Amino acid sequence: MGRYVARRLIQAVPLLLAISAVSFAILKVTPGGPLAAYEGNPDFTDDDRKRLEAAFGIDQPIPLQYVAWLQRFLTGDWGTSFASHLPVLDLILERLPNTVYLMATVFVVVLLLSIPIGVLAALKQYSWFDHVITGATFAFLSTPTFWLGLLLIVVFGLQLRLFPLGGMQTLGSEFDPVDRMRHLVLPVATLALVQIGSNVRYLRASMLETIGHDFMRTARAKGLAERVVVLRHAFKNAAIPLVTVVALDLPELFVGALVTEQIFGWPGMGRLFLDAAFRFDYPVLMGILTVSSALIVLSNLFADVLYGYLDPRIRYS
Amino acid sequence: MAGQSIAVPGVAPAAEVRQRSQWRMAFERFRAHRPAVAGVVVLGTIALLSIAAGVVSPYDPEKTALLLRYEPPSLEHPFGTDGLGRDLATRILYGGRVSLAVGLLAVTVAISVGTLVGTIAGFYGRWIDGILMRFVDMMFSFPRLFLLILFGVFFKGMTLPVIVTVLGLLSWMTTARLVRASFLSLKEREFVTAARSVGARDGRIILRHILPNSIAPIIVAATLGVAGAIIAESTLSFLGLGIQPPTPSWGNMLRDAPNEMEKGPWLAIFPGLFIFLAVVSINFIGDGLRDALDPRQVISGGRARK
Repeated sequence: MGRYVARRLIQAVPLLLAISAVSFAILKVTPGGPLAAYEGNPDFTDDDRKRLEAAFGIDQPIPLQYVAWLQRFLTGDWGTSFASHLPVLDLILERLPNTVYLMATVFVVVLLLSIPIGVLAALKQYSWFDHVITGATFAFLSTPTFWLGLLLIVVFGLQLRLFPLGGMQTLGSEFDPVDRMRHLVLPVATLALVQIGSNVRYLRASMLETIGHDFMRTARAKGLAERVVVLRHAFKNAAIPLVTVVALDLPELFVGALVTEQIFGWPGMGRLFLDAAFRFDYPVLMGILTVSSALIVLSNLFADVLYGYLDPRIRYS
Repeated sequence: MAGQSIAVPGVAPAAEVRQRSQWRMAFERFRAHRPAVAGVVVLGTIALLSIAAGVVSPYDPEKTALLLRYEPPSLEHPFGTDGLGRDLATRILYGGRVSLAVGLLAVTVAISVGTLVGTIAGFYGRWIDGILMRFVDMMFSFPRLFLLILFGVFFKGMTLPVIVTVLGLLSWMTTARLVRASFLSLKEREFVTAARSVGARDGRIILRHILPNSIAPIIVAATLGVAGAIIAESTLSFLGLGIQPPTPSWGNMLRDAPNEMEKGPWLAIFPGLFIFLAVVSINFIGDGLRDALDPRQVISGGRARK
């Protein structure tokens, strides 16, 4: 197991290098850049351009620029934002906690709701509860995140005036847990409903498959209580694929948070990326792209390792 | 199975009879899947109305009428009018042309590239397979929405051909993996060895013997891919980086919705409702196709999403 994890981690290195190199190349061929502000300025001579290009290091060939970027990146120097002139690492570290905060809340809510719902729907297959849940999960799976967010704002924010329309806290006020909770409800619901839909479908299908196995009959025949049979024998086995799905969905949640952050004015990484994209702010874009690709690669690795750990029948060679 | 080819002896070559009856059985299984049939009806209606938008609606989708701004839904304007006085229902129908076309065409690109890569990797194996699959791993590790946003900013919003190409080129990996897996298992089977032993070349084995047998998962992936592409296009256009106004698409019609929610909440509801109806229908059709084409597969948890 330890050797397998080590080998996968080593394999992830060239993958991440390739991803960052391609991201770098894509960003380099797009227009804009640190000199875009001077374009069309009559006082901006060719000499000025050459001097500034040399100062930014963008007169070098792209592969050399990439190597230079990588060297600085690995030593914690992620460059400076063209727009705000702040270090990229600081900008990301300022926003990352807000996104993680939102994601973590969503994650907890999703698990707390989808596990009992999925198990119950499977145990009561074809009951009215199962039908309602199956229909609802299908509906949420087919709803674009941004529209779900808009709907929740229209209904619960504007019509019923139950929750604030956006932001992390009421402007000008100090931090207050109740106020924070009220600001969390709608964005969390937006992200969670879609995720619950996919998890419940998975868990239900996986439970139904497990319930059909012989060891379930054996457990009942031994005279075990139904609660023990369901929780210890059925759920434990059925949850294994769910763990993988949840781990694989992490990056999707991270990327999906972009749209939610935009709609609800949540000051996270997603909005930072969007703002930077509109300003062609390469250093920031490069930093966020690298962080999110690393997250995707590590989640995949984590899912594989966890799966092998939970299901000893799976052996990696 | 054997009984069916015996039922019509001498009428047609046995292989042809069996092939036809398999598709027929699949069709009957699909017809028995009620949600899928409902999906076909709803999606078909939306598509037909969109194609016939010029006939169905008396209004111009792009001409503004400043005296008719923010009219609530009424008999003349069933879904109300927008901030420039344009009939929302008309714009939704014209927008449907764009959104459905993007979905279909982007998936066509994705399926073509995915099938090509999957075929080469699965059939030729060895180092080609290794390189192509590492490439697939890499493409999978990019955050797709982030790249779409970059290209959107790069092109200053996207025209239909651009968005179709970009979406297609960022969404072919699932198909490639499916096709590769199918080729890996099928190329070792007896009928392939038999075809090879009578002298069939690679091209013929791929096109006539293996691809037709891997078509079922491709069809299902394509169907769910259309739903994913429609959601991706609408998200991108909602962010202002996809199809540009005044051309309506379901996504860009929602662009101003956050600022107009007090004046016209219906503007935030109806375009999204059509995205939802189209996507739900397509997902149901995908489910029905999966059951119809591959009755052995029971679990249907995942689904194409951006």
